[in-house]
Amino acid sequence: MSNIVQFENVGLRYGTGAETLSDLSFSLSRGAFYFLTGPSGAGKTSLLKLLYLAQRPSRGQISMFGENLVAAPRERLPAFRRRIGVVFQDFRLVQHLSAFDNVALPLRVAGTDEREIAAPVREMLAWVGLQDRADARPATLSGGEQQRVAIARAVIGRPDLLVADEPTGNVDPEMAQRLLHLFDGLNRLGTTVVVATHDLHLLSRVGTAQMMRLDRGRMSDPTGALKYPPLSENL
Amino acid sequence: MTASAADRRLLPEGRLAGPMPWVIAIMTFLTVLAAGAGMALGSAAWGLGNQLSGKLTIQIVEPNPELRERQTQTVLTELGNFGLVQSSERVDDARMRDLLAPWLGQDGLDADLPVPSLIDVTLRSNDPRSVTDVASAVKTIAPTARVDAHAQWLGPLQQLLSTMRWLSVALVALMGATMAAAVVLAARTALVTHRPTIDIMHLMGATDVQIARLFQRRAALDALFGSVLGCLCGALVVFGVGGRIENVGAALLDNGGLGWAGWGVIALLPVAAVLLSIITARLTVVRALAKLL
Repeated sequence: MSNIVQFENVGLRYGTGAETLSDLSFSLSRGAFYFLTGPSGAGKTSLLKLLYLAQRPSRGQISMFGENLVAAPRERLPAFRRRIGVVFQDFRLVQHLSAFDNVALPLRVAGTDEREIAAPVREMLAWVGLQDRADARPATLSGGEQQRVAIARAVIGRPDLLVADEPTGNVDPEMAQRLLHLFDGLNRLGTTVVVATHDLHLLSRVGTAQMMRLDRGRMSDPTGALKYPPLSENL
Repeated sequence: MTASAADRRLLPEGRLAGPMPWVIAIMTFLTVLAAGAGMALGSAAWGLGNQLSGKLTIQIVEPNPELRERQTQTVLTELGNFGLVQSSERVDDARMRDLLAPWLGQDGLDADLPVPSLIDVTLRSNDPRSVTDVASAVKTIAPTARVDAHAQWLGPLQQLLSTMRWLSVALVALMGATMAAAVVLAARTALVTHRPTIDIMHLMGATDVQIARLFQRRAALDALFGSVLGCLCGALVVFGVGGRIENVGAALLDNGGLGWAGWGVIALLPVAAVLLSIITARLTVVRALAKLL
C-alpha cells in the first residue's frame, strides 16, 4: 500500500512558545483508517491542522500526495486542499447558508456544474438522516444535526484524505455508528481516514482501523500502524 | 438555480444595506460636477482661444486728419497684398461712434477731436511671428501706429479658464482616488465580517481569485447603483446650470457648453466607477488573502 502522507521530524510552534508538536515522523498509507487518540492538549487538533493544510510546520518536512508541501508555493495549496475533507470539532458551518448549501459548498468551490450538485447533495443529506432539513439554517439545527451536516460536507467531494476532529462527539450512539459506517464505506472506496477521538470504544467498531497516539506533542504507535522510516518509493 | 445565485448567497447583505452605494452616489455626483465644469471651461478656453488667436487691431494714431486718412488707406492697401493677412477691415464711423459713445457721447467723432483710425485684421496663422511681421510692415507706413494682438488682452482670462479646467481634472482624479479608498475600506470591513465563510472556503480549496470574485461582484453592484444615481443627479445639475449660462448670453461663455462628446464622457463615468470598484475590491481582497497560508 503506498503512502499518502509522510512526516519527517516535524515540529510545530505557535509564536515564540514551546513546541506543540515535536519530532513527528510517520507515514499514512493510502486507503488506511486511523484513529488519533491522546489526552486533551496532546496536540491532536494541531496535528490535524497540519494534515488539512491550515498550518505549515515550524520545522521538518511534510509530503502529501507525493509532493513536498513545505516547499510548495502557496498557489499550489488549493488544489491539495480540494483532495482533503475536514470535519471540524466546532463544525464551522456557514451560518447564513442552508444545510443543502453548506453540503454543496465543496462542490461549488471545486467548480462542479450546478446541475450536477443537487442529486449528490440530497443523497448525502439522506445518508446522514437530514433529507427533511435541507433548507434549515445551522442555527435551527441541533448540535448532532450540525455535526452530520459538517460530516456530509466533508465527504461529499469523495476526498482522498478525510480528517475528522471528534466527529461523533455530539451524536447519539446509533448515529455515531452510522457515521462510522459512512467513514468506513468511504475508506473502502480508497479514502484515507484520520479520526481524532477521545472515545476509545470507537476503535473496536472499525475492524481495520489502526491507532496513533499523541502525548504532549509526541507520537506513539501502540498498534504499529505507523511506518517510519517510510519507503520513499512508495510515495 | 445558477452558480452565481449560489455564490451571491455566500456573502449575504442586501443591496443598499450598507453605506457604500450612497457614498459612491455622492462621489459620482461630485465627480460629474467637476467633470462637467472642467469640460465646459475647457470648451470655453478653446473657444476663446479661437476667437482671439490671429486677430489684431491696428490703431493709426496721427493728429493730422489728412495724414491719418492717407496712412490708413495705405496700410489697408498694403494689408490687402500681405500674404499673412486673411482679411482686413476698417472700423467704420458708425461703429466708431458706438464705441466712443459711452465716453464722448454721440458727437465723439467730432472733426476737432483726433480719434485714431482702427483696422481689424485677421491673420491666416496663429503664429506670433505673423503679428510681428504685420506690425513691422505697418510701422514702415505709419510709424506712430499701434498694433494690438487680441490674444494679449484676453490671454490672462484664457489662462485662468485653463487653470480652472486643470483644477477640475485634478478634482476628478481626487474623487476617483477617494472612491477607491472607500472601496478599499468597504472590502476590508467585508473581509472581517465574512471571515468565517472565507476561512472555510479557503480550507476547502477556494483560490484567492475565487474568493475575490465574490467581493468584486458585490462592489460592482454597489458601484453600479451608486454611480448611476449620482450620475443622473449630477447630469441634471449640469444641464440646469448650462441652461442658466445660456440665459446669461455672455459672449465669453458662448463656447462653454458640453456638447455630445461631453455628455458622452459623463455617461461613461458610471462605467468607470464600476470598473474602478471591481479592480480595487479585487486587489484589496487578493492582497489580504495572500497573508493566509
